[in-house]
Amino acid sequence: MTSGIVSYGIYIPQFRIKVDEIANTWGKKGKEISRSLGVVEKSVPNIDEDTVTIGIEAAQNALSRSGINPENLEVCFVGSESHPYAVNPTATIIGQLIGMSNNYLAADLEFACKAATAGIQATVGLIESKKIKYGLVIGADTAQSRPHDVLEYTAASGAAAYILGSDSKETIANILDFTSYSSDTPDFWRREGIRFPSHGGRFTGEPAYFTHVLGSAVKLLHKTKLKPSDFAHCIFHMPNGRFPREAAKRLGFTEEQLKPSLIVDDIGNPYSASSLLGLAAVLDIAKPNEKIFLVSYGSGAGADSFVLETTENIKKNKNKAPLYSDFLKYKNYISYTKYLRLEKKI
Amino acid sequence: MKVAVLGAQTTKFGELWNNSPRALLKEAVSGALEESGLKISDMDAIFVGNMLSGILGGQEHLGALVSEELGVSIPSFKIEGACASGGLAMHQAVLSIISSYYEKVLVVGIEKMTDHKPEETTSALMGAGSDEERAAGATFPSLYALIARAHMEKYGTTEEQMAAVAVKNHYHASLNGKAQFTFPITIEQVLNSPCIAAPLKLLDCSPVSDGAAAVILSAESFALRNKKQNVKPVWITASQVATDSLGLAQRESLTSLKAVVSSSQKAYQQAGIKAKDIHVAEVHDCFSIAEIIAMEDLGFYPKGQAAKNIFMQKTRLGEKLVINTSGGLKASGHPVGATGVKQVVEITHQLQGKAGKKQVKGANIGLTHNVGGSGATAVIHILRNI
Repeated sequence: MTSGIVSYGIYIPQFRIKVDEIANTWGKKGKEISRSLGVVEKSVPNIDEDTVTIGIEAAQNALSRSGINPENLEVCFVGSESHPYAVNPTATIIGQLIGMSNNYLAADLEFACKAATAGIQATVGLIESKKIKYGLVIGADTAQSRPHDVLEYTAASGAAAYILGSDSKETIANILDFTSYSSDTPDFWRREGIRFPSHGGRFTGEPAYFTHVLGSAVKLLHKTKLKPSDFAHCIFHMPNGRFPREAAKRLGFTEEQLKPSLIVDDIGNPYSASSLLGLAAVLDIAKPNEKIFLVSYGSGAGADSFVLETTENIKKNKNKAPLYSDFLKYKNYISYTKYLRLEKKI
Repeated sequence: MKVAVLGAQTTKFGELWNNSPRALLKEAVSGALEESGLKISDMDAIFVGNMLSGILGGQEHLGALVSEELGVSIPSFKIEGACASGGLAMHQAVLSIISSYYEKVLVVGIEKMTDHKPEETTSALMGAGSDEERAAGATFPSLYALIARAHMEKYGTTEEQMAAVAVKNHYHASLNGKAQFTFPITIEQVLNSPCIAAPLKLLDCSPVSDGAAAVILSAESFALRNKKQNVKPVWITASQVATDSLGLAQRESLTSLKAVVSSSQKAYQQAGIKAKDIHVAEVHDCFSIAEIIAMEDLGFYPKGQAAKNIFMQKTRLGEKLVINTSGGLKASGHPVGATGVKQVVEITHQLQGKAGKKQVKGANIGLTHNVGGSGATAVIHILRNI
């Protein structure tokens, strides 16, 4: 393949709520929950932030980093499970507000937490077939959770935007190959008109996350004839702190390969943005000519795996937009009551 | 009284998301039939132990479902008694044979629990409690936590001693390939596991499980006649049931289950043995405290003495009396309707010398203790190989 990532940009809301704060509200022990989930705090959107606004922030950061004229973007895909409208695309609102022309393909994608990586695969197809030159793919979520549901400890907010292209003078990481693994596995769902998602508890683990993540990963390693030790970094979707660590371990990746991607330790699980924020955190520190292994996961269920390789260009524009670490510098802890208000639950 | 166990088998217990109830049923029944050398067409009736097929699965016609799945048109009954459903199905099957109405019967216990949300399963399991307990929002961990507190107050039982029950049962389960949890645990791990209902921690509690277990029973005369099948029968020499109030509040004591005391005493009398004659037993350790109280109610230890003996590993493999070689409910798993039948499967294999790494040497007499709810139903079976 000749296509790859030309630029990336991210956005994470400033508010944080600690697992302890949520647990205390419900008479639970925060330490036990943190130990069980591997999460200590999560990001929370402000009252005026939604998938559109945080998607725009991330896209603008991606544009700033590359200097690409937004009018040259010919695709805008937005993967999310918290699109503000059921009917009325997020992608066109974002496209309009970041200054894209009218000659672009816009679509909202939905596949739980992996909608955006599906968008990357589709965009790569358009680029490789020379239908377009640049495409923008955004993964953004302000994830919902029912009060007192275990999801409440992890469901977070964040956005990651990627500009894809094929000019070797511009690509900072080439996409060498990818695979997908999909099946009808209803581990997590939300019906039309229902405010909060439902999930199958422990069923979300082995038959869902691990079967699909490992199924996709093993297929790609086999297809590319690469082994875990060939990679400098790996990233796995992070529904909690334990699953990505377990997936990496089972495949034979080391903690060192995984650690820089573990945004779950800082902000919880921002759903469609999870693995792509992990990739951004890795690109922030990656050196040229490093291989990166990325696996997203979406409930319902499917996983997309990618092999990427950084180029010399990665050194150029790194600091032209905020890095992942910059978003950790500004955080405000909120009470559970304020959290309910910001999430419009009261 | 003598009823023969000709074949016995369980499926693996655990989170069996890829196995339907029908598949579990077939696997357990095929295994038991194979051991017995008989065919499903040889059976005169089927007794199905199950608690939750109606409330969780919407299936309230389980007897016919089982006969349909097995391809026979013989009498088939679902028997419910909460977590003692399997034991009660055994009892009914035994009665049907000693009454001479049937000669060869199949008993199958089955439960499919992990396909449902934890809150649905927890609520469904409270069907085993009293109206008042449900109205108060009690769950079984909370009820057994009350029992544990009472036992701690009265006899000085400690959390470490309760933890020792789980540690022993996990050790036994590590020798049982069909157990849900085949890894050993330590006292510290139990004590540091998340609190469910103080003083009970996660690792004091049996899990939610899927699984099925089946046994083939026959009249003594058939078993003796059937010698050509090369089956070494194990004999059920006692089968007793007793009941008590559904709710804890109506009990005479919180530290002893009256139904267990009375049913076990009747069983010893029926079998013509004493508690000290038992070599191996499967007891209903739905929570660690339950095994401690069972050991006392069954007469294995005087009141207040069981906990310290379990802590000193006196009921572990290698000792004179070995408890829960399968791993018990705690570590082998607790698909509620299957448990009472699985206990008979385990004791049968022990008495046949087929228990593998967890074999109790020289085991001739075994006991099963199956409890429904917090003690409202108790079923005791005594088995022997001679």
